[in-house]
Amino acid sequence: MDILEILMTASFWTAAIRIASPLIFATLGELICERAGILNLGIEGIMVAGAFAGWMAVYSGLGLWPGVLVAFAVGMGFGLIHSILTVPFGLSQHVVGLGVTLLATSSTYYAYRLALPEVTSPPSITPFQPYEIPVLSDVPLIGPALFAQTPLTYLAFIMVAIVAIVLYRTPLGLAVRAAGENPQAVAAQGLSVAAIRMGAVMIGSGLMAVGGAFLTMSAFNSFFFEMVNGRGWICIALVVFGAWKPGKALLGAILFAAFDALQIRIQQTPLGAGIPYQIFLMMPYILSILALVVMSRRAEVPAALMVPFNKGER
Amino acid sequence: MPNKTEAQVVLRLDKITKTFGALTANDAISLTLHKGEVIALLGENGAGKTTLMNILFGQYTADSGSVEVMGSALLPGNPRAALDAGVGMVHQHFTLAENMTVLENVTLGTRPLWAPGLDRAAARARIVQLAQDFKLSVEPDARISTLTVGERQRVEILKALYRDARILILDEPTAVLTPQETTDLFETLRKAIALGLSIIFISHKLHEVMAISDRVVILRHGKVVHEGPTSGTDRHDLAARMVGGEVNTPTAAPGVPGAPLLSLRGVTTPDRGSAPGLKSLEFSLYAGQITGLAGVSGNGQAALADLVGGMIQPAKGALMLAGADVLHWSPRAAVHAGIARIPEDRHKTGTIADFDLSENAILETYKDPPFSRRGWMNWRAAREFASRIITSYDVRCPGPGTRIRLLSGGNMQKLILGRVIEGSPQIILANQPVRGLDIGAVNYVHSQLLAARDRGAAVLLISEDLDEIMALSDVIHVISEGRLSPPFARGSMSPADLGVWMTGHGYGEEAAHAS
Repeated sequence: MDILEILMTASFWTAAIRIASPLIFATLGELICERAGILNLGIEGIMVAGAFAGWMAVYSGLGLWPGVLVAFAVGMGFGLIHSILTVPFGLSQHVVGLGVTLLATSSTYYAYRLALPEVTSPPSITPFQPYEIPVLSDVPLIGPALFAQTPLTYLAFIMVAIVAIVLYRTPLGLAVRAAGENPQAVAAQGLSVAAIRMGAVMIGSGLMAVGGAFLTMSAFNSFFFEMVNGRGWICIALVVFGAWKPGKALLGAILFAAFDALQIRIQQTPLGAGIPYQIFLMMPYILSILALVVMSRRAEVPAALMVPFNKGER
Repeated sequence: MPNKTEAQVVLRLDKITKTFGALTANDAISLTLHKGEVIALLGENGAGKTTLMNILFGQYTADSGSVEVMGSALLPGNPRAALDAGVGMVHQHFTLAENMTVLENVTLGTRPLWAPGLDRAAARARIVQLAQDFKLSVEPDARISTLTVGERQRVEILKALYRDARILILDEPTAVLTPQETTDLFETLRKAIALGLSIIFISHKLHEVMAISDRVVILRHGKVVHEGPTSGTDRHDLAARMVGGEVNTPTAAPGVPGAPLLSLRGVTTPDRGSAPGLKSLEFSLYAGQITGLAGVSGNGQAALADLVGGMIQPAKGALMLAGADVLHWSPRAAVHAGIARIPEDRHKTGTIADFDLSENAILETYKDPPFSRRGWMNWRAAREFASRIITSYDVRCPGPGTRIRLLSGGNMQKLILGRVIEGSPQIILANQPVRGLDIGAVNYVHSQLLAARDRGAAVLLISEDLDEIMALSDVIHVISEGRLSPPFARGSMSPADLGVWMTGHGYGEEAAHAS
């Protein structure tokens, strides 16, 4: 009863799309890495770094869009570190990824203290404001949800299309996918597996950082240490949920966000009053795990995911 | 049309040398290829053929020596340079991305990476045209994972042709093909030659070499030991030059059967995907006898091999070892019962690629003395055991500390054979024991199996090669759809007779009547 009512409110869907936006960026970033054959567990830390970098750039006087670019560049920097260690050196992608997460998180804290040594509560910036697309935003229910968001949310949706088109409609995307399926095939065609994989990890890491920046520059207006709060790990699951396809990953991100938005609202209904709120906090995760189990059984994992490629190895 | 007598040189290899650790794979090899010519490159496993071709294709860099294509030097260690110069390679292990389509695999890397689109329509038209010109029928939008081995090979050839290859290198192209597919391949190759392409054809199968090549080059231990026109030689001569001496095909005198060592009593196993399980099999292996199991691949051979090897248990029926019922059956129980296994896939189940030779030599027996006592490994014993196998079975390698990944298939198989036979097993399960091996290695494996039989072992020989089955087996069974034919004595059946059983006729006619 109550749940149906919630589902029929525009504010619920508006919140769901907002919650989904950073997940969409970061999931796309992880998807690009994994399509090229590299698992990037640096995602959580890169999101933290991106959240800080974008916010700090704007706080220091840059515009909002240049701030997004700064976040993207910082993400690419960590992506470069990750890819040097995993591609030419062929180190364990798990260890490198967790290392990058720790490095990115701790160096962000360091940079924060360096930039704001005296501050007890972080300063705020003027974030992206919602932009109502004329006509479309007047459509009931989905209008406000999809067409009255901030420009960064629109960019997230545009990125889904761009990533899908590049992956499936260009020689570059073909090479990226082949690098994740059979790097020998790529090398046999005279392409550099290392360059393709490193490039994919850097671009992917940049998108992860923009996902983090969404939190400080669009969803909220300030930076807190715990604000990424495991979203990176959720995105790793969303890539699997989406069967390594951008469109399905988008649906997964929205589904997860909808569960998240729903649980907050159920807590406030009479139905939720008698139940400990922690149960509701768990809900999106439990439902995600269930969805993951159902969805990923037939998914086709990139065949060379996590397989290092060494030229000349017999 | 080019005049063959003054045909231009399209490829010149000059004193190519390449070493892997202590192993010299190529030792100052020189070679020239002319327009419209087919060179057959022969040699035993580990003679250096594949290494040489990988150098030509830029996948390895030679330690010294140079490659010239169409008169200009080829940049070493750069597949792109080789491709651009018109060298196309069809690898023994296909380099195809399975989850992608034929079109995607063929066009991969053929356009600049930053080009805006794939232009699938033009690519499809070109593929269809090439397929027509060269008689290579494939569906451009089919996924590689749905194709047969023969079709995949056609995709590999298309990949080379799509890039305007003028020189085609085929590394053991027929090893994985059925006779019909081989005929089709040869037709394609003849078309390619007629269109002015040149071909290097690597094979073990001498009748194919005689059929397709103009000139033969033989490598042994990394050196060219023979070069000359195909017309001036014959199969016997080539075989002798390949192994460096007379080839002795082992002859099998009839064995003297003893007691049944392993018996199956009405054993049934569940189906596995599309592969059938065993259907109430009655079957015994006798001491001093080679039992051949003929049949088309995927008719229950894998289930029988896994059952005898201890990998699976019967769902119904019983296993008897030397007349006693087996209560507990596992790979370990099988090893302890004296069953030695030569697995079908030596890479997947026979060896661990990154373990060295001594570790691989004791994979089945590492828990037993002398290799371990009271939970401690005795590596010295393992190394001595491996060294003994290396010497007595002529495993060509730098030493027992070499990672087995670096060995050729034949040498890997010799190590497995040594591991199997050194344990003086009662029963030998030989599943496709000579698949992918060269003549010398084939004869060697066969003679060792015969020797083991003469010593009193029971051998189960599973093979898709009817010639092999008929040459070695004292008794032949045919398997089809998981059902077993009655035993046929040596020489009692012609290949055609066995072929009838292989296609599924003759089994359980009474049962069919009853129902």
